[in-house]
Amino acid sequence: MDVGTLAFSALYQFGDAFAFLVLSACGLAVIFGMMGVINLAHGEFIMCGAYVTVSAAHAGVPLPLAILIGALVSAAVGALVEILIIRHLYDRPLDTIVATWGLSLIFTQGTLIVLGSTMAGVGTPFGSFTVGDYSYSLYRLVLCGMAVLVIAGLYALFNWTRFGVMARATIQVPHMAAALGIDTRLVYSLTFALGAGLAGLAGGLYAPTMTLVPTMGTTFIMEAFVTVVVGGADVFLGTAPAAAVLAVVKATMTSWYGQLAGQIGLLIAVIVVIRVLPRGISGFLLRERA
Amino acid sequence: MNALSRFFSRLEGPQTLGRGPGFWIGFLVVLAGACAYPLFSDGYTVGNTVYFFTWIFMALGLCLIWGYGGALSFGQTAFFGIAGYSYGILTINFGAAYGFTFVALLIAIGIAALFAALLGYFLFFGRISGVFLGIVTLSVTLVLERFMAQTAGPEWKIGAARLNGFNGMSNMPPLTVPWPGGDIVLFPDVQLYYVVLGLLVLVYLGLRILVNSPFGNVLVAIRENPERAEMLGYDIRKYQLGTFVIGAALAGLSGVLYTSWGQYITPSSMGMTAAALPIVWVAVGGRSDLTTTLVGTLTVLAVFQALTIHGSQYALVVMGIMLVLTVLLAPRGLIYALARLIARPFTKRQPGDA
Repeated sequence: MDVGTLAFSALYQFGDAFAFLVLSACGLAVIFGMMGVINLAHGEFIMCGAYVTVSAAHAGVPLPLAILIGALVSAAVGALVEILIIRHLYDRPLDTIVATWGLSLIFTQGTLIVLGSTMAGVGTPFGSFTVGDYSYSLYRLVLCGMAVLVIAGLYALFNWTRFGVMARATIQVPHMAAALGIDTRLVYSLTFALGAGLAGLAGGLYAPTMTLVPTMGTTFIMEAFVTVVVGGADVFLGTAPAAAVLAVVKATMTSWYGQLAGQIGLLIAVIVVIRVLPRGISGFLLRERA
Repeated sequence: MNALSRFFSRLEGPQTLGRGPGFWIGFLVVLAGACAYPLFSDGYTVGNTVYFFTWIFMALGLCLIWGYGGALSFGQTAFFGIAGYSYGILTINFGAAYGFTFVALLIAIGIAALFAALLGYFLFFGRISGVFLGIVTLSVTLVLERFMAQTAGPEWKIGAARLNGFNGMSNMPPLTVPWPGGDIVLFPDVQLYYVVLGLLVLVYLGLRILVNSPFGNVLVAIRENPERAEMLGYDIRKYQLGTFVIGAALAGLSGVLYTSWGQYITPSSMGMTAAALPIVWVAVGGRSDLTTTLVGTLTVLAVFQALTIHGSQYALVVMGIMLVLTVLLAPRGLIYALARLIARPFTKRQPGDA
């Protein structure tokens, strides 16, 4: 095997890990970065997106559209959850975690009761291609592209649109934003819906690659937590670089000792990082800049 | 008499509900009732009650960490699992003779506490607090569960003990008291009931002394305002770490008792659902007080089991709804709110009462 194929293999694995970390974490990171709320039902929003996507695909909707429907339904559920529960708990961040954990129990078990223990999936589209001795799934490259696209899209949304400006104003000084006539409650609702929608998108995108079970959210949630903790409160300066660094750790450990070693590597990385950089990569970068 | 009243005065203070002769007479009545209970019941029901009791230690530990220390740890079941597995490995390898099971109990709790000290060092000395503490401890728990779940192969064994992956370990000896003329094996029956009840009273009273001691007062000061506590000259990291280790040791005690009760332990006893349950018990009961946590845990467990008989899937949904409603409507806990309501006519308001 020559150096080129080896390099491609390493790059592919890195890209795969990077896409997984970014996509599973961005919804959590948006909600945490903007509102300081950790949404423990994040995995269940991912599950919701995956289930809706697959149901739509079974009904004959083309897959990209089905994924979009999955994301939108998750966002709608997210908005509902914000209005019913999260809204009343903004001054109690620890209680929000507990409440969203309750939600997570309700959603997981509710899905189990209503839809049964598993659901027929859809096949991974696009087939595969070969480089050197190994064959690679083309869909994984699409996921990688989607991860970059999501980051770029979020950057555009928060910097170039009216909603983005209002959201950032609300985050910085809520009462001042309110005094300027911004409906801060609406902004919070929309931000939470956005985070839930991104979770749904991740679920929809990964639905063709995995088994659909009510507890599938747990597969994503640990990676999402780790990325957000290492990244800190900023999506662009935190989540993206954190995902890049952690993807190296995960890809290396996984290719050496397997999936679980990758997760253990991530966990050790995060525990070491919080000891050195308690406010995450973005906290470190922003302090350097200031 | 003087010594007795001095002892009681250490058991009560501003950090716990219940003071004065009225409360302690009530406590003794309940204790007497608990002691007499096996006389009016059959072995199976008593064994089931022991099952409830084994969880209370973990709940009390979480109450100490979360309710008194203000640090939300989701990793209680990790320590529970570590101690449970340690007990299983030790007793399967070394047997139950000469009271070794109790040595194994202590070693297993020690291992859980050591693990907590290591993890807690990184967390508290890295000044992780609030929501991050919760998600890091939860991540540790989830990874530990997945690690134990993949140990199915024959290469995963420690001495004679196979870890058995997802199916978990079984057939470890129960706690055994060496006794002249035949060891007393503590199967889930009346004997085990009295041992666990004794431990429970010991731990409950010990924790009451702890939280009303200067240590407990500093702990509550940290919960109320960490910066202020630090400005007053306390190294809050050491206090938080100490609390975390004590809480983990209690979770470990639960783990060992659970393992020896049913003679099995599985990875799913650490998973996401299992990790949520202690939070439900403590939050619903009232996390800021030991007594309400104890009563709340027993109540929720009883409700949970009653529901499970009609369908275990629905029971978890009800637990989730209970948790959400408690947080929204009675943030200090249902039992806590109830206790204050009952106690109001009997107590003079004291300065410092909320």
